[in-house]
Parts: sequence; C-alpha cells; structure tokens
Amino acid sequence: MNELSKQYDIVIIGGGPAGLTAGLYTARARLKSLLIERGAIGGQILNTDWVENYPGFLEGISGIDLTEAMHKQAEKFGLETLLADVTGVKLADAQKTVETSGDSYTAQAVIIASGSERQKLGIPGEAEYTGKGVSYCATCDGAFFRDKPVVVVGGGNAAITEALELTKFASEISVIHRRDELRATKILQEKAFEEPKIKVLWDSVVDEISGDTFVQKVTVGNVKTDKKSTLDVAGVFMAVGFKPNTDYLKGAITLDKNNAIITDDKMATNVPGVFAVGDIRSNSIRQVISATGDGAVAAVNAEKYITGL
Amino acid sequence: MSAPVEIEEAKFEDAVLIAETPVLVDFWGPDCPPCLMIAPVVEELADDYDGKVGFFKINVTDNPRIASRYGVMGLPTLIIFKDGKPFSNVVGFKPKNELKDTLEEAL
Repeated sequence: MNELSKQYDIVIIGGGPAGLTAGLYTARARLKSLLIERGAIGGQILNTDWVENYPGFLEGISGIDLTEAMHKQAEKFGLETLLADVTGVKLADAQKTVETSGDSYTAQAVIIASGSERQKLGIPGEAEYTGKGVSYCATCDGAFFRDKPVVVVGGGNAAITEALELTKFASEISVIHRRDELRATKILQEKAFEEPKIKVLWDSVVDEISGDTFVQKVTVGNVKTDKKSTLDVAGVFMAVGFKPNTDYLKGAITLDKNNAIITDDKMATNVPGVFAVGDIRSNSIRQVISATGDGAVAAVNAEKYITGL
Repeated sequence: MSAPVEIEEAKFEDAVLIAETPVLVDFWGPDCPPCLMIAPVVEELADDYDGKVGFFKINVTDNPRIASRYGVMGLPTLIIFKDGKPFSNVVGFKPKNELKDTLEEAL
C-alpha cells in the first residue's frame, strides 16, 4: 500500500448511524472518504431488538437491517470502510492524522462518530462477575436466566427495554432505580407497569454483587432511609447510562464534564476541521434519528470547510 | 482464508481439547449484537494467527452443555484453550489490539 492510498479528504471515526450518514453525504459530495470502525458496523442500536421510532418505518425495523442498509447505501456512493482500532489522533494542524493499531491515515477534515458504551457502575463484584451473572446485554444473555430471578439496574430507556426483554426468560425482574420516578419514555413505562413479572425498587442502589462461581445475591441500599437488604438473584443487568468513547482523543478536543464532545450547531468542535456527531456529542439525545441528522450536518459543513481551505 | 470454524459439542474434544496449538473458541448466540461486533475481529485474528492458533466458534443455544461445562453465562465469551484446558477468557466485545494481547499471552 503506497502513501497516497492513505490520504483522504475525510476520515470518519466510528461506523454507527452518525458515521454512516456522514459518509453517505461526503461520498456523494465526491470527497475521498474513509470510515474506520473497530467492530461490526451499526453501533449501539444493534443492541435493540426492534427500532419502532425511526421515522419512515411504520412497522419498525431491526437495528441490524437498518444500519446494514445505511452501510450499503454509503458504499454505493464510494465510501471506503476499514476495520481497525483508532489508537490516537493528531488534529491541530491543517493535515489531520488518525492512527490505528495498523496504518495511519491523513485527512483534511475528521468527523468523530465513535459513540458511547455502557457505563459500568464500579461496585464490588461487578467486574469479577461479568459473564458470570453480570451482564450489559439482555438480548444476548437473557436465555441463561430462564426461570430465575434477576435485577436490572437503572431507570432509563435501556433499563426498561432490558426489563421487558427479560420477561421472556426470567421468573421475576426487579428494576432497581435510585430515584422515585423512571426516566424512560412513557410508553415503555406503561408496558413495564403492566407486566406482572416486573417490580420496581424505588430510591434504591446496588451496593455489592456477590456469590460463589456465579452471582447469587445483591446487596441493595435505600438512598432515603439508608436501609440495607439483600436479594437472591442469578443475574444483574446493568443499564445505568453510557460513557462517551473519547479516551483515545487524549485531550485533543474540548470535552464537557461527562467527557462528551462540545459542538456548535454545525457539529464543529473547538478544533478547525474536526466535527463530532451522534452519541459522543454533549447533550446528545441518543437517538438514531438525531445521529443521522448530525452526520448530514457535519458532512455539509466539512465540505464547506475543505472548500474554503 | 481460515475464518473460525463452526463446531458442535460432539466435535469439541477432537477440535479443541486434543489440539497441539492453543485454540480460541468463540461462544456466541442469536440476538447477540456484541457477538456480531466481535465476529469480524475474530476473523481477522484467525487470518493473522493461521497455523499458530486454532479458531472455532460454537452456538450456545444449540450446544448448551458445552456452554454450561465451561461456565459460559455471558455472550460473547472467548475462551483460549491450551493443552486441553481453559487458559484465559474474555467476556464481551473487545477491540482487536486487546484480543491480540490476550492471544500472545497464550503463545
């Protein structure tokens, strides 16, 4: 591979809906575009069985089918895709460099779409029992807990979606949430409250996960009364939030207090020629539709930036 | 091309336990997005380590006894076997450079 083949107009980091849409638009703008993804294309939406709220799909669509179509569409117009981990970036100069564990690539503009991953709670037993009762994916692991009691930690859309998914397998599901009100979309809350297998422990947090070779119980604390109790469970499904994947940027861009990237309404970061889209943005509403919208806006503005160089 | 070979419980002993080289087994299941995420990474590693490490994958829904025998309760789980015994394991999606480090420890 010669040096010229590693030079691009645009490098996009991350292959979820935000990156894929950015790539679709930059490819159609006839900018030489490379999208780098470290796993399979699709991003966080792959973790959802069925997407009901992406506009245009009356019966809904699977996350896999939706993102696969986005990928094929972008490739049709000339987007190149590479499987690699981005290990570092040099963004300050006019010519940006994106380093991977293999080759490095240069670009006039970079669109950061590396998204987020499930937050870890950081409590005793969580790391030790990951894969032995602690899970971050109900569709993946629900079947291991057939007819057994489980807990879901969290109160947002991810937590309630997971709790509903688990009704297919678990004998009972205790949703443990630290407030007295769920954050999840009302329609999901309605479904959860109708489910006899699901109960909610309000004002509660999980202090510790323990067991033998596998999880056997959790210690739960009430944040209002400080009362402690234990629950005998086989599984603990974590859905406490998402952490932006910004570690590899190593201070190259201004982040907010949650380590998400601050952007303006053009998706521009504080570094000229560097844009951020999707879940990685500060105050992102974390939806496929907003990710795709961000991708298009960034692509149009990246083109303007390059043309103006 | 040496993409991971899909195996079943009946073939497990021959393929994995009496192999001369270390063997990586990818325990996966249906409706498992992180399993899909890690699949292309494992395929690349299978190419990179062709001849040095054996690569297999096994569907735990169709082969529950093997999953249970090796304490697999979260997907994906990658177990590296050496001399017929589990040497190390990885649970959940990990990027290629981390998996490479894990493989190197077994060699």
